[in-house]
Amino acid sequence: MKDGVLGQLALTFIAMSLGAIGGANAVVPEIHQQVVTLHGWLNDTTFANLFAIAQAAPGPNVMFVSLIGWHLAGPLGLVVATVAICLPSSLLTFGVSRIRRRMMEAGWLKLLQTALMPIPLALMAASALIMAQAADHTLLTVVVTLGTALFVAFTNRNPLWALTAGGVLGGLTFLFAGA
Amino acid sequence: MQERVSEVTGSAQETVSYGSIFLVFSKIGLCGFGGVAAWAHRVLVDERRWYSDREYADLLSIGSVLPGPNICNMSIMVGDRFRGALGAATALAGLLAGPLLILVCLALLYDRYGNLPVVQAVIGGVTAAAAGLIFGTVIKLARRLRPRFGNILVGMLAFLGAAMLHLHVLLIVALMVPLSLVLALRDRQR
Repeated sequence: MKDGVLGQLALTFIAMSLGAIGGANAVVPEIHQQVVTLHGWLNDTTFANLFAIAQAAPGPNVMFVSLIGWHLAGPLGLVVATVAICLPSSLLTFGVSRIRRRMMEAGWLKLLQTALMPIPLALMAASALIMAQAADHTLLTVVVTLGTALFVAFTNRNPLWALTAGGVLGGLTFLFAGA
Repeated sequence: MQERVSEVTGSAQETVSYGSIFLVFSKIGLCGFGGVAAWAHRVLVDERRWYSDREYADLLSIGSVLPGPNICNMSIMVGDRFRGALGAATALAGLLAGPLLILVCLALLYDRYGNLPVVQAVIGGVTAAAAGLIFGTVIKLARRLRPRFGNILVGMLAFLGAAMLHLHVLLIVALMVPLSLVLALRDRQR
């Protein structure tokens, strides 16, 4: 059973690695599809909670995938999931690093960058929608989501403030309203 | 992106040890709550002077175009520049090791206390904020990049494909990149 999960984890995330332009946030809809809808490893709430925990920790956003691995299969799951999501894209980057100086000034590279730019943004927006659907069940949470979006979009302050405020508001509402 | 002229040439040729590669990227990983790329600039350009502002900008843009988090890709390119393949692996390991330890501690706390109603309420609030964090980042980047009509069209189509039709991300990339290239070429010829 556990070996099965490890193998499936590896295959699932290896397949996603090269699509993760802009990082793991770009493939959150795909991860949700695989992990919640297809395999039924996690329910919606746990999925959203793990995402929040990963956001609260420092470091690159692939760690959401590491955390899913940990939750499903412990330390080995963490290692397998992390390596699976990192390896294909890292090998590609290493290859590009080696030929990079030759193509740095090439006009086609700049054109390609312009052309690629909207795709990671669109995938991130789709991720945000899925997260909001999983997290926003009350007026308060909708307000927290919108408030955080504005805070992040229009200030350069550390987003951790908004995440902390969201947590404090959630806790206080529970304690005082018994929600 | 800071438009600041650095006096440093940045083309550091001196030997950099595996240890300092590991430490530098540990620091970037551990400090970078939310915006890791901002910390990478601070450490690589301002503190260590391994790169000039210009070189850093190139590193960031290439790291962002390739799949995977841009900071992971940057760590690989920096490590490779100083110490080859093993340097690249060292940099990536440094970037991930510290944050993963913290993550495991958080996960253990979640496993132990995650079922308490008040903890659920707090996590619910953080989760709502995390969704807003992604929305806000998209808005911020979209404003800075000043998209043209073609970019917006491709962005909308990719969003519909992912959010409504639940298409596989590779399929979306395969469909959208050619369209986006055609539109970008058209924009350029005007």
